[in-house]
Amino acid sequence: MDIINAIVLLLNYIFVPALSYGSQLALGAIFVSLIYGILRFAYFTAGDLMSFGTMFTILFTWYFQSLGISLGILPTALLAIPFGIIITILYVLLKDKLVFSYYRTKKSPPVQLAMVSIGTMFVTQAIVRIIIGPFDRRFFDGEKFILKANEFKEMTGLNEGLTIKSTQVITLLVTIIVVSILFWFLNKTKTGKSMRAYSDNEDLALLSGIDPKKVVMITWVIAAILATIGGALYGLDKSFKPFTYFNNMLPIFAAAIVGGIGNPFGAFLGGYVIAFSEILVTYAYRKFFIYLLPESIEPDGLLQLLSTDYKFAVSFSILVVVLLFRPSGIFKGKVL
Amino acid sequence: MRENLNVIAAYVIMLGLIILVGFLQSWSVALSILCFCLISAVMTMGANIQWGYAGLINFGIMGYTALGGLAAVLVSVPPVREAWQVGGLNMILCAFLIALMVFSIRFIIKKYNKSNKRNYGIALVIITGLVLLRLISGPAIESIEAVSPATTGFLGGMGLPILFSWIVGAFFAGGLAYVIGKIALGLRADYLAIATLLISEIVIAVIKHEDWLSRGVKNVIGLKRPVPYEIDLQTKEWFINLIAKFNQGTLNLITDITEKEQLLKQLVIDGSTVFVKLCFAGLFTVVVITLLIITQKALYSPWGRMMRAIRDNEEAANAMGKNVVKQHLLIFVLGSAIVGIAGAMMVTYDGLFTPGSYRPMRYTFLIWVMVIVGGSGNNFGAILGGFAVWFLWIEAAPIALFLINFFTSGLEEANAFRVHLIDSIPYFRYLLMGTGLLLIMRYRPKGILPEKIRHV
Repeated sequence: MDIINAIVLLLNYIFVPALSYGSQLALGAIFVSLIYGILRFAYFTAGDLMSFGTMFTILFTWYFQSLGISLGILPTALLAIPFGIIITILYVLLKDKLVFSYYRTKKSPPVQLAMVSIGTMFVTQAIVRIIIGPFDRRFFDGEKFILKANEFKEMTGLNEGLTIKSTQVITLLVTIIVVSILFWFLNKTKTGKSMRAYSDNEDLALLSGIDPKKVVMITWVIAAILATIGGALYGLDKSFKPFTYFNNMLPIFAAAIVGGIGNPFGAFLGGYVIAFSEILVTYAYRKFFIYLLPESIEPDGLLQLLSTDYKFAVSFSILVVVLLFRPSGIFKGKVL
Repeated sequence: MRENLNVIAAYVIMLGLIILVGFLQSWSVALSILCFCLISAVMTMGANIQWGYAGLINFGIMGYTALGGLAAVLVSVPPVREAWQVGGLNMILCAFLIALMVFSIRFIIKKYNKSNKRNYGIALVIITGLVLLRLISGPAIESIEAVSPATTGFLGGMGLPILFSWIVGAFFAGGLAYVIGKIALGLRADYLAIATLLISEIVIAVIKHEDWLSRGVKNVIGLKRPVPYEIDLQTKEWFINLIAKFNQGTLNLITDITEKEQLLKQLVIDGSTVFVKLCFAGLFTVVVITLLIITQKALYSPWGRMMRAIRDNEEAANAMGKNVVKQHLLIFVLGSAIVGIAGAMMVTYDGLFTPGSYRPMRYTFLIWVMVIVGGSGNNFGAILGGFAVWFLWIEAAPIALFLINFFTSGLEEANAFRVHLIDSIPYFRYLLMGTGLLLIMRYRPKGILPEKIRHV
């Protein structure tokens, strides 16, 4: 019984939260990785693009709520996400036309493009803060829990409860759907294959008649879709605050690099690697060992490897270690 | 000659703008803008050495700034004897332990060839080291933080004059840069950017949460100053006389003696803040000019030529027998050390150390905007960038307010759209910075004052 309690404890505090957080990171990491592979620069606007998409999702959610439209037990935001995506797509395409295409045709070095993306980061941040303000927003409605701790305890008779929030399940389901469509697209369709070819070897791809404009456009569209979905899911699960989204850029980059940048599947797994290690390392294992060990050798301390204050530091340390020992990432991306 | 005229004109315009603020807003505001401009100028010089001279991208500026600030705390705050008594010994032991770890890892790396066994050995050293550190420092940290937590709760510093911290800050930042450089300098440019950005976040996390060292988010306030305090000045005879002399014209106009005294008192209070800020500005100017002379000399020395050669063509420089790795590390350390000085200067000026306020937008990306806008590779350009961008950063709000009022003058006072815009005025500075950066990168990619290339 104690063993089951201990497992439920870990499930509740580590596995479930890490899985949903990891999915949100993974969505971000995939598009950062794609942009890196195809457009060949580090896209510093990543976090703020997510907050841009989320902002419009929120605005549409509010609009639908004011109209009285809702999805019942599901959050209204799910209905608003497609509209958010459309606006984000328009925004990134406009940005590409006005800003990035110039440097692309000039074949500027990647560093310069990264700098330019810092410029767009400032602009995007300003737009988000001017439109919706810098404050914390919650836009979740509908049924909050799928499984409450008390219900679980009653159901199983265990001491430990298991809470599953509906947002966590939604996050996971949406991620699975989106990511499988994406990988199907990249691996099976002609456009997807041409994108991968372009990322592999630009000159060869151009020689074989791939239209670079189309490839670039589709990359931006995918980036906008993933950014909006990832951002909206994160906002539903936690809350929307522009500054947090900007900060999320860092673990997203960490995930993309750990997974091997330019390799979307690696980035996908990288998101989970980062999320799980952040939560595993900062969790206090005291209760876990109390269940497992006999009373005589019960631990006194919290048994926490690092305090939760260092949550971010964990992912960055992993990144540094990976960069040192396996510069191409765990799952073999481009060599840096 | 024409280029020199450009430089002079740009600086005259900049100073003119600051003086204009003095007339339109107040001299106190103008001087604090000037002080922060000077601090930003030091930071941009540091970043410019790395980016402009050597083409190294460093997004860790925030981390070095914070370390400089930490230096100001550790140098100037008097030591907390009680805390040292309860936990000092253990903390010193920990320092030795860390040194021991580093040396043993170095020993392993030198002695054995690359193999899995070696990696396991290193991992073993690190893990046992961390466990030991935790065991030794844990109780010590608890007892240190328990020493009157409302006022101290940390080890304190050395109680020296705060000016020393400007040098110590440089050493702190340089030391960190050495470690980072050893780890990350081999990476490609944009990866170096990400790695340094992440490492600077780790530095901030440590400073924020290691309360025994820096009081963390509880902040350290009331740091010593290298210049007199306003309160002291207001009672000094010579200062009152000075102010009286300065404002003789206005004072003579008033005949009533009590009124005259009242006015004088007000003038002395105003004058004292201006005087203090003037002192700071003087100190900072000395630093900026010293650094400018040194960096200018370095830029046109054989060493500077070598750096530019490495920047422009690494392989060629390598083939000419220049040690690229070593020079990169050197310049990384030097540039970071200069940023460290700026960090210490800033904390000295503010008189307080607030780890929570270090954010990458303000301390990393803004500095980069300054370097790029001003002109990378040109020290005068970098300094000008520091001035111009900081000036806009501060004055963006009043400008935005003016523009909003101008464009929405047709709308009512309480119009929701207008109120919303006016509420979000602080964020127009981001818009201004972003569009400014994009425009400069597009139409003047070398910055306002581009790098001068001397041909022999």
